[in-house]
Amino acid sequence: MAAPALPEERDRLPPRRAGWRQFRAVLLRDKKALAGVVVLSVFVLAAIFGPFLSPYDPNDMLFEMMAPPSLAHPLGTDDLGRDLLSRIVVGTRISLFVGVSTVAIALVIGVALGLVAGYFGGWIDNIIMRYIDLQWAFPNFIIAVYLVAVFGTGLLNIIVAISLAFVDDFARVARSMVLTIKEEQYIAAARTVGVPTHRIIWRHVLPNATAPIIVQATVSVSYAILGEASLSFLGLGVEADTPTWGLILADARSFISRAWWLGIFPGLAIMLTVLAINFIGDALRDFLDVREVAER
Amino acid sequence: MPALLEIDGLEVTFAGEAGLVPAVRGVSLEVDRGEMVALVGESGSGKSVTALAVLRLLPEPPARITGGRILFDGVDLLRVGEEPMRRLRGRRIGMVFQEPMTSLNPLLSVGRQLTEAMEVHLGISRRQAERRAVELLEAVGIPDPEGRLRQYPHQLSGGMRQRVMIAIALCCEPDLVIADEPTTALDVTIQAQILEVMQDLCARLGVALLLITHNLAIVARYAHRVNVMYAGRVVESGEAVALYRRPAHPYTLGLLDSVPRLDRPRGAPLEPIPGSPPDPAALPSGCAFRPRCRLARPRCAEAVPDPVPIEPGHRSACFEYRRLRAEATA
Repeated sequence: MAAPALPEERDRLPPRRAGWRQFRAVLLRDKKALAGVVVLSVFVLAAIFGPFLSPYDPNDMLFEMMAPPSLAHPLGTDDLGRDLLSRIVVGTRISLFVGVSTVAIALVIGVALGLVAGYFGGWIDNIIMRYIDLQWAFPNFIIAVYLVAVFGTGLLNIIVAISLAFVDDFARVARSMVLTIKEEQYIAAARTVGVPTHRIIWRHVLPNATAPIIVQATVSVSYAILGEASLSFLGLGVEADTPTWGLILADARSFISRAWWLGIFPGLAIMLTVLAINFIGDALRDFLDVREVAER
Repeated sequence: MPALLEIDGLEVTFAGEAGLVPAVRGVSLEVDRGEMVALVGESGSGKSVTALAVLRLLPEPPARITGGRILFDGVDLLRVGEEPMRRLRGRRIGMVFQEPMTSLNPLLSVGRQLTEAMEVHLGISRRQAERRAVELLEAVGIPDPEGRLRQYPHQLSGGMRQRVMIAIALCCEPDLVIADEPTTALDVTIQAQILEVMQDLCARLGVALLLITHNLAIVARYAHRVNVMYAGRVVESGEAVALYRRPAHPYTLGLLDSVPRLDRPRGAPLEPIPGSPPDPAALPSGCAFRPRCRLARPRCAEAVPDPVPIEPGHRSACFEYRRLRAEATA
């Protein structure tokens, strides 16, 4: 015998799963975010197809040295006679790769630490968070410089250094989310049906903590790109002939008064990417907030 | 045969800012197989703490179980490790919470939450679990169960969600379901339906039900036996009908007199219980109900009355129950 259902207990709310359609609506309303998506798409294409798109080989030193922007060289050439546009286009790949991969690594480690610290609390929390506090006491960039000084330069070491430097941000965000989520009734409900702890963390806590983590990730990607640029600028980056935005900018230092284009254009590339990612991050936050408001 | 659940002298204290606060002070009660037992009391009387203690889900600290035994099918749950306890939860003891609006994970579909316990405990495949989930949703009175499985909690009304919670509690065919105020957060019209569903299913599946509520009116209709709690103690226990007709504790009588009843003359005044429940951190000496009790005598302040049998299957923790009875018949 099935109990009767009341007619009023029918669907009343639209489906909650906010998908691409809803995000597109947000983009159309938020012009900054739309601009961010367009700009970032251009850079992503450049990162993927850079070598095919660049007009010249980025390391060809066959041209006039320090030529100002012209039809043949839209962004001019550098002190060794290399085409600046080609170097920036090819450099996109490493800059974006460093930005994304470091954040991915920092996110995995940081979120794992934060989840464990927040969920279990007690001495585990104390040990993890005192380390995080220690790291937090130093600016991320100083930590990255220190780590590169220890490990040595090179692409891999830069990625490791910047990743570790960003771990604390993710650990903090994740932990603070867990502290609220673990008090929720549905966590208690999951425990009453005997769901193992690891499964509670993975399937019940983590998915409810994603919104602020995603936002933190977009912020961190832009800092990571700046971090790579800064390390390269200080000569702690990748090998000298690898074109990366930071390295191009670093090389331009000595010629800034004679050849403005050498500093302006790579700086512009960094700025546009960082801005684009930040705009997208803002929109993403609004988007995820809307979802939470509708839910209440 | 011993009772399925036997709580014996359970004591729980909370470490508060003002020191140790006793929340449960020697609660004893029994639930037999397939039986429906009510635990009645007002907010703060310790009934939810008792329920969480059975599942060993009290937050420790601040809570601490300082005494007593909780025998479930002959095993003292207070001596069981966390891992066997986890295997017991959901498998042999199910739980339904008060708040259906917040008891489901907003990001998981109804189906995933229903099948989770089955996957964890029964070791059956996702597909088998889903088939069973459809049956369960049907059994708790949810139309279009296949469609509902794919929906998310916010797409369900409160009554629907509570039905889902009941389905989750029953999915592994436990021996006992503890329902902590399962209908308090729901509309009155839906309350009765939910209780009907629970009663019907528990009876059909032979599941014992420990129903925790502050509503004595519910109890008369749905429970075989009733335990009335006040300030962390069971003050009266007995068969629902006997307790309802001839209460043997002034607190029980006060509860009955403070709600409208159809078996009383219309227009008869309601009698509220004077005063308010005591602060557990500063309990009065002797009987905790004494300051609010019009039958109180000096000896009520001297000793805490223990529940004593006053007739077969009926216990009262009141020194003056004879006077109460005499008044009632007069």
